[in-house]
Amino acid sequence: MVAIDERGYYGEFGGAYIPEMLYANIEELRQNYLEIMREPAFEREFRALLKDYVGRPTPLYLAKRLSEHYGARIYLKREDLNHTGAHKINNTVGQILLANRLGKKRIIAETGAGQHGVATATVCALAGLQCIVYMGAVDIRRQAPNVARMRMLGAEVRPAISGSQTLKDATNEAIRDWINNPEDTHYIIGSVVGPHPYPDMVARFQSVISEEIRWQLSGQAGRENPDIIVACVGGGSNAAGAFYHFLDEESVRLVAVEAAGLGIHSGESAATSVLGTKGIIHGSRTLLMQTPDGQIVEPYSISAGLDYPGIGPLHAHLIATGRAEAASITDDEALAAGYFLSRKEGIIPALETAHAFAALDKISYRPDDIIIVNLSGRGDKDLDTYINHYERFQKAGL
Amino acid sequence: MNRIQQLFARQQRDILNIYFTAGYPGLDDTERIILALDKAGASLIELGMPYSDPLADGPTIQQSSQVALKNGMTLQLLFEQAKAARKRSEIPIVLMGYFNQVMQYGEQRFFNHCVEAGIDGLILPDLPLYEYERSYQSMISQAGLSISFLITPQTPEARIRKVDELSQGFVYMVADSSITGAKSGIADRQLAYFERVDKLGLKNPRLIGFGISNRETFELACRYASGAIIGSAFIKALSAAADVEQAALDFVRGIRGSARPV
Ligand SMILES: Cc1ncc(COP(=O)(O)O)c(C=O)c1O
Repeated sequence: MVAIDERGYYGEFGGAYIPEMLYANIEELRQNYLEIMREPAFEREFRALLKDYVGRPTPLYLAKRLSEHYGARIYLKREDLNHTGAHKINNTVGQILLANRLGKKRIIAETGAGQHGVATATVCALAGLQCIVYMGAVDIRRQAPNVARMRMLGAEVRPAISGSQTLKDATNEAIRDWINNPEDTHYIIGSVVGPHPYPDMVARFQSVISEEIRWQLSGQAGRENPDIIVACVGGGSNAAGAFYHFLDEESVRLVAVEAAGLGIHSGESAATSVLGTKGIIHGSRTLLMQTPDGQIVEPYSISAGLDYPGIGPLHAHLIATGRAEAASITDDEALAAGYFLSRKEGIIPALETAHAFAALDKISYRPDDIIIVNLSGRGDKDLDTYINHYERFQKAGL
Repeated sequence: MNRIQQLFARQQRDILNIYFTAGYPGLDDTERIILALDKAGASLIELGMPYSDPLADGPTIQQSSQVALKNGMTLQLLFEQAKAARKRSEIPIVLMGYFNQVMQYGEQRFFNHCVEAGIDGLILPDLPLYEYERSYQSMISQAGLSISFLITPQTPEARIRKVDELSQGFVYMVADSSITGAKSGIADRQLAYFERVDKLGLKNPRLIGFGISNRETFELACRYASGAIIGSAFIKALSAAADVEQAALDFVRGIRGSARPV
């Protein structure tokens, strides 16, 4: 059984390696999150917002032309149709309600692609709370539309100028902000990373994805369990949400798709499960990319949301124990899959999500297998990147 | 007794602990700075293991860490430099760094190499009490190393007592809810916290750190604790220095004034 213990460990991964300055806040969360999440009033409010504000349930769509192409039954879980365009909002709706219960007045977040930042700015507007989003200076440049959206939603976007100026550094800055503001602030982490209880809390908020898949698939295909679930992994929240209710269903294959950047061994990659070793990042004992001396390595991916040198402890555990398979997809493979899905199904996926689709070319499956691809987000934010590479792919006839 | 315990057995007041990042500003400055600090009258040295992602540190120490890493600093080099300094100085040295570095080096190997290099104690801010007790307490105490845990204005009394019980040498009292970095002055609410902890009668001496930057704040801290730790302000002095030894001498004299204790 896949389970987390009281100290936040999935097997040997997890825990809370935090400086004492964060202890009071993390302990407050640890002692309260399950109780709050189980309150009927909280549950009602969370469900109502997911339905009426986010637009859930998201459709489970049998992609006919894609299925024909691959010779399998491919269903798309349409998280791209959520309000704000990605799965990220499932978690931020949950955490803002939790922050309210804890009496917090100020919200901070980190963001890579900007999707989590937008989702956080959105729920802060909804709740009338101050919102500060840390974003790597490099990501601010490559995800400009999302920066504008966050500002329009009333959030302050603060550039992280340390390190590689991407998601890892934005996370560092958010943690430092929390250390400096220990009383009134809640940190909404955007993935299943960070110290316990974040990985478990975020996975629970995202688990609505697999909960819906079960009843939707049962209605459409006559069975609850698919054969394979494919999801991209940055920190791992959309994958955790899509896997959650199937973790103990051994017949369901779980495929975690990572970004290989310019190639796994090119030195420009974010394929943590291949390149990573055990260590500590952002307060969690997990797999991360680092030098033999324990310095964290700067990752690279064309996709800002996958450009993270670690993975959440749940995924480290699933991969280490063989419960999940990992696949790695390069920038070009992801772009090609993004163009392909656009033409085949009329859906332009986020670049992160495009990695999951590219994995369909890499994994083994039987004819008629039911494969679910978690369509974590839409590609609006990535149009510039898609357009910039479009001609090159056209010329190559891809 | 290691050198930290000997120090506090001798002296319970006006302890000046100076932090700097190993390998900064130059790769080979570590030994020179340690010796100069000793000569100038620092009581204790907190030697920083430069880290790529120092979560609890402000811009000054982040930047010194980046420079040190760019200079080619590694843990192996750090141990060699500390060993060389140890041949010429008996000043107690505490290593400060993030736990991932210790893990990658191999915990037992790391503690052994600390002892071989003449390191006396450890500050590992992201090693929580729970993990320490569960896995590392016996290794560290068998090696004869001290370890100092942190308390903050938010730490409840029961936990302060737990920190005191587990710490060896001294308790690191974080002056304010913040990351490291020089601030202007010390506020009244901080003094109330210093006073509150002072009255708890802890077994360990306390050193106050974070935001202590000059003679005035040092002396104020010394009224409520056994001494203080200065980091960012010293790093700034080093960064502007033509001669790091002279900068260390001048800095310590500026803090100590003429009334240099024994
Ligand atoms: C659409 C989309 N998918 C996936 C991710 C990766 O995050 P995670 O692995 O937490 O799902 C992001 C992150 O920004 C995203 O925007």
